[in-house]
Amino acid sequence: MSRFLASLGRPVLAVLAAFGRVTLFAAETLRHLFTPPFYLREFGQALLQIGWFSLPMVAMTAFFTGGALALQIYSGGSRFNAEAVVPQIVAIGMARELGPVLGGLMVAARVASSIAAEIGTMKVTEQIDALTTLSTNPMKYLTLPRVLAATLAVPVLVAVGDSIGIAGGWLVGTAKLDFNSATYLANTRDFLEAWDVGSGLVKGAVFGFIVALMGCYFGMNSGRGAQGVGAATKSAVVSASVLILAANYLLTAVFFTS
Amino acid sequence: MIDLSGVHKAFGANRVLRGVDLSLPKGQSMVIIGGSGTGKSVLLKCVLGLVVPDQGRITVDGQDVTTGDRDAFLARFGMLFQGAALFDSMRVWENVAFRLLRGPGRLPKDQAREIAVEKLRRVGLKPQVADLYPAELSGGMQKRVGLARAIAANPEIIFFDEPTTGLDPIMSGVINTLIRDIVVEMGVTAMTITHDMTSVRAIADRVAMLHDGMIRWTGPVAEMDQAADPYLQQFIHGRADGPIESVR
Repeated sequence: MSRFLASLGRPVLAVLAAFGRVTLFAAETLRHLFTPPFYLREFGQALLQIGWFSLPMVAMTAFFTGGALALQIYSGGSRFNAEAVVPQIVAIGMARELGPVLGGLMVAARVASSIAAEIGTMKVTEQIDALTTLSTNPMKYLTLPRVLAATLAVPVLVAVGDSIGIAGGWLVGTAKLDFNSATYLANTRDFLEAWDVGSGLVKGAVFGFIVALMGCYFGMNSGRGAQGVGAATKSAVVSASVLILAANYLLTAVFFTS
Repeated sequence: MIDLSGVHKAFGANRVLRGVDLSLPKGQSMVIIGGSGTGKSVLLKCVLGLVVPDQGRITVDGQDVTTGDRDAFLARFGMLFQGAALFDSMRVWENVAFRLLRGPGRLPKDQAREIAVEKLRRVGLKPQVADLYPAELSGGMQKRVGLARAIAANPEIIFFDEPTTGLDPIMSGVINTLIRDIVVEMGVTAMTITHDMTSVRAIADRVAMLHDGMIRWTGPVAEMDQAADPYLQQFIHGRADGPIESVR
């Protein structure tokens, strides 16, 4: 019996220990936000890499998702004569859920993997040690700029994704489902509330923080050799994705459950 | 003067250092030899604070390495890493001038670049190399750039981690000569870890042999060949038979 309980308890303790380590890592990262020096060049590069270069991928994802959502709502709504709600549901669905979640997951796939692989390779080739010997704190130089850039860039990506997703729904609605363009746009505008968009942007900031934090954490703790870096990359993407979905549920519960 | 006394370090069940006592007088060049996996790199990283010892004390000029201003402490050191550890995303000159471009005493970009090019010239590299990326260089050139970075801020103490590993004998000779010349010219204290006996004879004033987590023998390089220690003799002559166990 005690062996059975031990086998149940061990993974729970391991998860709690990992959670503790990640929390300490996050706290250490944020501590550097308030003490100079600030590496603005590294921050700018991270902003470009995470924000600008993720834009095509997020835009394509949002466009096709918005189009598919319009088709689904039209098809499902027709069962109870509610085809007309397509513009409103596409707008609310994109802004509250699909924009931030799919945007966050796509950024996780692209950015968490790239950060973990880059920092992991730096670790196994002793570049992190070299930074330290050159009086440069690796957390301040590598982690903080990336985490800060992702936290600021992902909400912008979400906002762009929301707009493109709604445009995708409008295109399908007007070209394939015979909606009047002006009516579609008016319904979108009238029914979409500021908090629908605002909540999605807050989610985007949280997801961006998670993505960069996971990339940096697993990169900094990468094992040796190609296998170690590969494992760190995989763990970063999987953890970021799972945490995004979990955080999405929690934030939705907080924002929309009265 | 660098002093290590009773330094222990274990990674899980693997006790790498088991009470290292070692002194390196100021201005001397010490080479630490020993088989692969005997903890030479760990010892060096303990002095720099990259690895925290489990027990023991390390002082540099009487000051405990774990106390005081960390940046000021590290500013006294230069280090050449085994694989050079150059930053891939930066040009060669930015790598060399890394410390000069950051921190409280940072220099204007033009001045930092000028110093970087001068240091590159000192290690035998042409100014054109300054604008290349590390991936465009051969192994020997990367080592030279690493050496230029180590000396860029005129440190008082330089560490060399396996400076000739992976290089052909001629390039190894070039790097050994450069290290010796730079150490003498700058009057720095140097600590090198290697198992290349040609390097030992070219670089060292003093030699220390690390075996089984402790310093097995230490003395002037001139006395190394006459020493009676069987472990040292087996190692420096590369004999398969002797007290050091080898996996065959």
